Amino acid sequence: MDSTALSPMPADDERAGNEELLGAAGLTFGYGRDAVLENVDLSVHAGEFVALVGPNGSGKSTLLRLLLGSLQPWAGEARLFGRPPGSVGKRGQLGYVPQRPNLSSALPATVHEIVSAGRLTDGRWWLPMSRAGRDQVGHAIASVGLADLARRPLNELSGGQQQRAFIARAFASEPSLLVLDEPTAGVDAASQRSFRDSLVHLIREHGAGVLLVSHELSAVADDVDRVVVLKRTILFDGTPADLVAEGVGSLGVHEEDLPIWLEQLT
Amino acid sequence: MAELALPYPFDLGFMQRALLACISVGVFAPAIGVFLVQKRLSLIGDGIGHVAFAGVGAGLLAGWAPLWTALAFAVGGSLGIEWFRSRRRTSGDVALAILFYSGIALGVVLISAGDGLSANVLSYLFGQPLTVRPDEVRAIVLLGVVVVATVLALRRAMFSVVTDEEWSRVAGLPVGTLNSLMAVLTAVAVVAAMQIVGILLVAAMMVLPVASAQMVARSFRGSLTISVVIGVSASVGGLAVARMFPGGLAPGGTIVLVAAGVFVVVAAVSRMFVHARTPQGWQPDEPGRPPQEVGS
Repeated sequence: MDSTALSPMPADDERAGNEELLGAAGLTFGYGRDAVLENVDLSVHAGEFVALVGPNGSGKSTLLRLLLGSLQPWAGEARLFGRPPGSVGKRGQLGYVPQRPNLSSALPATVHEIVSAGRLTDGRWWLPMSRAGRDQVGHAIASVGLADLARRPLNELSGGQQQRAFIARAFASEPSLLVLDEPTAGVDAASQRSFRDSLVHLIREHGAGVLLVSHELSAVADDVDRVVVLKRTILFDGTPADLVAEGVGSLGVHEEDLPIWLEQLT
Repeated sequence: MAELALPYPFDLGFMQRALLACISVGVFAPAIGVFLVQKRLSLIGDGIGHVAFAGVGAGLLAGWAPLWTALAFAVGGSLGIEWFRSRRRTSGDVALAILFYSGIALGVVLISAGDGLSANVLSYLFGQPLTVRPDEVRAIVLLGVVVVATVLALRRAMFSVVTDEEWSRVAGLPVGTLNSLMAVLTAVAVVAAMQIVGILLVAAMMVLPVASAQMVARSFRGSLTISVVIGVSASVGGLAVARMFPGGLAPGGTIVLVAAGVFVVVAAVSRMFVHARTPQGWQPDEPGRPPQEVGS
């Protein structure tokens, strides 16, 4: 498939009035001499659910690390809450779910202890957690369906349950921006539905913005506002319906359609 | 220090001073060790101990109190290794090796430039709690209080950094500062414990109680608590055995051997317990085991 045939969409007028939470303008970056991202433009606004998709090696995780300030771009700029990511000290508004949390399998930490770390983003990490913070941790754990397992060690849970704990950790900070890197990889269908409900609640009730990086969108296909297709640069930025019109069979009914379509991009 | 009416083997003043120092080590060494084990830096205490030995040599050569010169060297060395580690200028084990060999070599050279190896020097290498003076016990307890108070106050943030450094960085935690703080606390713990279990064995008290606790604990908080209980038990038990054994034993080595014995017993009992619970015999921490839904 010729990727140049894809047609990026202009910015949606509906979101123009909302605050930009996350953005990139002309972002270029590489490892060594080879650029893996070129001239990437992207924005996520309050109340918006954006899915970032791309084939393996397309630069999705690198783009996330640039947007969150873990890497410095060769050219262009990243914006987190309207500022350079490195200058955003207190990150209580940001919830982040990494792709593969690097936890020791021997770690005897409970779900509650892992999720409680999410409250550290309020910038007062040297203080004991407040009563409101403890309540929010309980809400976050319940929102991903792990209330009964809150005191269980993480290393006794399945991969899907562990991933839900990390999602709850991101929810615990009551974020206005949620960034998730392949959060449902290895997560069972029931957990994906619970995850989807939590995201929709966060967006509709709290006006949060969400950037979801994923290979497939079947669990959230009906809720995504925009799909951004990345392969070195942005190939497509538009609604799920427009992406289906580009030739993707479906985003929700046949979960394998999007991954197959992405791998065919040249 | 006033002598208390304690039963044998803690009936004499020197044993009571040793007991207080050993209890302190049993508390603060595992308290910082539980974070080091999670960071997969179990041997850093050993590396810092070798640097502390150079500080002991410098102190003896200059005629200063070795405890404080060792502390200065150990803190400097710990910050150096953290600097190397965080910038990935070299791998963790190479950085540790540089510390090991440079520190011990510098210590030997400095000591040889003075009076040479003496019983005093050997007590720093292998520990000798029976000869600690009251002022040294006070220093050990004071340094231990600093370590434990800092760990208790910052345990949430330190837990986050050692379990998921990438997430902590994105979350806005001062990861570099917290890593440096943990390195400094390790140095303080090493120096505070070196007269009790010895520079060559000090890392054992940071690792063995934690390794035992992790096999039975079901939370990080529980792991911390059980580590300290095992640390104190091994310290007191080892000290008692060292005195009660006919002819006496080296207390530092005895304490570490008791801690190692606890590890062997806990490993055997927990293995039996896990196999009894799971007929297939998989371990809860076994990587790559198939997903298993629990309670949902």
